[in-house]
Amino acid sequence: MTQPAPTAPARAPAPKDRRALSEGARQERRLGWLLCAPAVIVMLAVTAYPIVYAVYLSLQRYDLRFPQQAHFVGFSNYGAVLSSEFWWQALWVTVLITAISVTVELVLGFALALVMHRAIFGRGTVRTAILIPYGIVTVVAAYSWQYAWTPDTGYLAALLPSGSAPLTEHWPAIGLIILAEVWKTTPFMALLLLAGLALVPEETLRAAQVDGAGAWQRFFLVTVPLMKPAILVALLFRTLDAFRIFDNIYILTSGAHNTGSVSILGYDNLFTALNLGIGSAISVLIFLCVALIAFAFVKLFGAAAPGAQEGR
Amino acid sequence: MSATGRRRSQWAVINILVIAYALFPVWWIIALSFKDPSTLTDGNFIPTEWTWENYRGIFQTSEFTRALINSIGIALISTVIAVVLGTMAAYAVARLRFPGKSLLIGMSLLIAMFPPISLVSPLFNIERIIGIFDTWTGLIIPYMTFSLPLAIYTLSAFFREIPWDLEKAAKVDGATPAQAFRLVIAPLAAPGVFTTAILVFIFCWNDFLFAISLTSTSAARTVPAAIAFFTGSSQFAQPTGSIAAAAVVITIPIIVFVLLFQRRIVAGLTSGAVKG
Amino acid sequence: MAEIVLEGITKRYPDGAVAVKDVNLRVEDGEFVILVGPSGCGKSTTLNMIAGLEDITEGTLLIDGQIVNDRTPRDRDIAMVFQSYALYPHMSVRDNMGFALRLAKVDKATIREKVEEAARILDLTDHLERKPANLSGGQRQRVAMGRAIVRNPKAFLMDEPLSNLDAKLRVQMRTQISRLQQRLGSTTVYVTHDQTEAMTLGDRVVVMRGGVVQQIGTPQHLYDQPENLFVAGFIGSPAMNFLHASVQDDRLHTSVGDFDLGDRLRRALERHDAPRDLIVGLRPEAFEDAALVDPARAGSGTAFNVDIDVVESLGSDVYAYFTEDEWQPTATSELAELAADSGTTDTGAGGHQIVTRLAAATRVREGSRAQLWVDTTKMHIFDPATGANLTLAEEPGPREG
Repeated sequence: MTQPAPTAPARAPAPKDRRALSEGARQERRLGWLLCAPAVIVMLAVTAYPIVYAVYLSLQRYDLRFPQQAHFVGFSNYGAVLSSEFWWQALWVTVLITAISVTVELVLGFALALVMHRAIFGRGTVRTAILIPYGIVTVVAAYSWQYAWTPDTGYLAALLPSGSAPLTEHWPAIGLIILAEVWKTTPFMALLLLAGLALVPEETLRAAQVDGAGAWQRFFLVTVPLMKPAILVALLFRTLDAFRIFDNIYILTSGAHNTGSVSILGYDNLFTALNLGIGSAISVLIFLCVALIAFAFVKLFGAAAPGAQEGR
Repeated sequence: MSATGRRRSQWAVINILVIAYALFPVWWIIALSFKDPSTLTDGNFIPTEWTWENYRGIFQTSEFTRALINSIGIALISTVIAVVLGTMAAYAVARLRFPGKSLLIGMSLLIAMFPPISLVSPLFNIERIIGIFDTWTGLIIPYMTFSLPLAIYTLSAFFREIPWDLEKAAKVDGATPAQAFRLVIAPLAAPGVFTTAILVFIFCWNDFLFAISLTSTSAARTVPAAIAFFTGSSQFAQPTGSIAAAAVVITIPIIVFVLLFQRRIVAGLTSGAVKG
Repeated sequence: MAEIVLEGITKRYPDGAVAVKDVNLRVEDGEFVILVGPSGCGKSTTLNMIAGLEDITEGTLLIDGQIVNDRTPRDRDIAMVFQSYALYPHMSVRDNMGFALRLAKVDKATIREKVEEAARILDLTDHLERKPANLSGGQRQRVAMGRAIVRNPKAFLMDEPLSNLDAKLRVQMRTQISRLQQRLGSTTVYVTHDQTEAMTLGDRVVVMRGGVVQQIGTPQHLYDQPENLFVAGFIGSPAMNFLHASVQDDRLHTSVGDFDLGDRLRRALERHDAPRDLIVGLRPEAFEDAALVDPARAGSGTAFNVDIDVVESLGSDVYAYFTEDEWQPTATSELAELAADSGTTDTGAGGHQIVTRLAAATRVREGSRAQLWVDTTKMHIFDPATGANLTLAEEPGPREG
C-alpha cells in the first residue's frame, strides 16, 4: 500500500502552529490560486457584476425610449410586477411546465436508461440516436414541432380533426411546449440516470433476487435507493434548466394564449415594451426563484447535492 | 432458442421505438427542407418531389451565410477561451492542494444554473453603453457564463481520472518535468480537453436568447437567431423552406460530432454529475 | 549496479508529522533488501525518498558512493516498479518498456534490441504491440518489471509490486522476481506489507514500525532472534503466541501452567533486571503433543493440559487452537498494532487464541482436553513496558548491518 503521505503514523506531535507551511506547500497554494484566478475573474465579471447592475436598474424608472428621464423609484417596479396578473400567470405556466416536463422526463428517462442498460443488442445505436435530440439546436427542434403541428404543413396536425390548430389554444399549446421540452431534454436525463445505473452493483440485485424480490421490488427497493444521488443531481439540473424555458415557447407560440414563461415575460418587457426598469425587476425575481429552487434542493437533499463531496 | 429469439425481437421493437422517438422531428425538418414551395404544405412525411431549391436559396443571400460565419466564429472563440481558462482551473482543482477549491466548484455550478434572462437586461444596457452591443465580443462575453463553468466542471472530472502516478513513473524513467508533461500527461489529458471543447461548442452553437437579445443586425447575429428573422428567399415565399434548410445546415455538424464522439460525449456529460 | 547507503534519513511533513525517523541502512551491491511493516510504517516513504520522488528532510542518501539528496529522479539512474504498475495507457508494451531509453536518447536499434531481450526474459514477446489495457494483471506486472530491467539501472526499487495480483499468481511472480534478481545481480530495495514475501525474497529484511526501523537482519535471524515484541509478532506465520506471565520463586506463572525458568532464562532475566510481570512469546512449533515428544527432549520443556477448540489438519502438520481467557488484547501498543494489522481484532472471537503446530501423528481432537508440551528453550520473554526481548543470546548488536 502506497501510503498517502500525511496519514503516516505518529500524528501525535501535531504542530500547534499551522502557519509553518513549507515553501513547497505555499508555492502549490499560490500556483493553485494563480491558475484559477482568470476563470474566477471572468465568471464574476460576466455574472456577479451584471446581476448587481440588474438590481440597480430594477430600482429605476427606465424607459428605453427616454433614457434621459431615468430616475430612482425604489421598489415600485417590483410592486408593479408582483401586483400584475401577467407575472403570476407566467410564473404559474413556468412552474406547471417545469413540474410536468421534469416528472415526465424522469419516468421516460428511466425507461430509456433501463433500455440502454439492459438491451441485449443495439445498445450503442440507441445511445447514439438518443444523443441527437440532446445535441440538436433547440430552435431547430422547435421549428420542426411547430411545422408538424401547424395545420396544412404538418403531418401531426393532419392527424387531428380538421380545423383544429393546437398551437393557438391554451392547453394544447402548453401540452405541445411540454412535449418539445421533454423530447429535447429526456436524453440528458436518461444519460445521467444510465451513469447512475452503472453504479448499482449487479451482485446486490442478484442478492435481492435470491431474497425473493420481484422485478418491480428490485427496482424500487434496491435500484432507486442506490441511485438516489444520481437521480437528485439529474432532477436538480433539469428543474433549474426547465425553469428558464425560453427557446421552445418563443418559437412555438411566442407566448401567445397565455403560454409565456417568466423568461418570455422578461424578454417582452425589455424588447417589446422597452421598459428596462420593469424588465430588470423581472430578471432579478427570476434569479431569486432559481436561487430558491437550488437552495431548496440543497437543503432538502443536503449531501447529495453536487459539489457537496467535492474538494478532496 | 425460440425464447431468446423472442427476446431479441422484443428488444428490436424497443430499440426501433427509441430510435424513432429520437429521429422523428429531425427527419421531419429534413423532409421539409427538400420540399419545393408547391408541396411544402402537403403535410407529406416524405417529399413527393425532392429539390435543393431551399438550400440554394439560403446560400444566395448574405443573411444566412453571414449568420453561419458568425455562429462558427463566435462559438469557436468562446470554446477556445473557455477551454483554456477551464483547463488551467481544472488542473489546479484536480492536482493541487489549496484552500478555496470546493468554493470554485460550487461557484461554477451555481453560475451554470444562472437564468440567462436575468443577465439579458443588464447586459443589454452595459453593452450599449460600452459599445459592444451587436458585436462578436458582445456575444462571447455572455457565453462565458455557461461555457466556462461547464468547461471547469467537465475538465476537473476528466483530470481527476488521469493516473497522476504516471508522472512519478516518468520522472523515475528519467523524464524532466517538461517531458513528463509532454509525453505522458498531455496525451492522456487531450481526449478530455477535446470532449469538453465539443460540449462547450454545442452549448454555444445552441444559444438563442442571448443571440436575439444582444444583436440587432447581421453583424453578429448567429444562425438560430437569424432563422427567427427569416423572411423567405424571395419576397412572396413563405420562409418555411428556408428555415428548414437553414435548420438542417446547422444541425449537421452537431450530428456528425455526436456520431463520431458519442462515447466521449456521454462520458463528459455524466462524469462530473454522477461522481460529483 | 551499486550500493545504496541511508544515513540518518528522516522525513518530516510540513504539518510536523514524522513519517520516517533516522533510518540507517547500507544496501550492498547486488543485495536484495526488503522493507516490511504494516501500512503507514514509513516503508513506502523511505522508498520514495530513495527514488527522489519525495524530499529528504534530514540525513544523507548515497547511491554508488555519491550523495544524491538533491538530485532529481532522472539523475539518480534508478528504476522503480509501482504497486499500480503505472503503465502508460496510451503506449504499447514496446513503447512502455523503451520509454526510459528513449528519454535517455538511446538509438532506436539498441532500444529495440534491449526491449526484445527483456520481453524474452519475461515471456512478453507476443504482447509487445498491445496496449496495457488489453493485458491481464500478471502480464501488466511483467511489463512493469520489464520497464525496469531494460534500463540496466544502478538499482531497482519495488513498491509492493505483487499486491494487485491474486494469490496464486503472486506466488509465481515471487519466484520469478527472485530468479530475475539473482540472474541480473541487481541491487534491489523492495517494499511490502506481506511478511511471507519479506521472508522468502530478501537477503535481508528491514522491519519498520511508525517510521522507525525495528530490526535489520536475515529472515532467519529475524525469526529466531526478534529484538522486540513487534518484530516477533510480525515475522512468522502463523504468528508467535503471546502470554502474560509473572516470575515467582524461579518459576514462570502463565495461564497455561507454570514453567521452570531454567538457566538460560534465569540468566537473561537477571541480566536485564526484569520486572515481575512479563510477556512470554512462543512460536506455534514450540508446542508439541505431549504423547509424541521424544523422551530425550522431554526435559527441555514442560507439559500442560488445555481444552482444544479447533484442529486443522494440513497433512504434514496439525494446527491445534486453544483459548487463553485472561488476556487483555491491547496489553501493549505493539501488540495492539499487530492485532489491527493482522485483522484479529475483527474476527469477533472472545478470549485470546493460541496456535500450536503439532506433528501429524497427534491424536488431539476438537472439544477435548489434551496434554501438550512446550519447549521452553524456544521461549522468548519480553518486557511489557519497552517491548524488548530479554532472552536474546547476546546483547542486541548495532542495528546498522
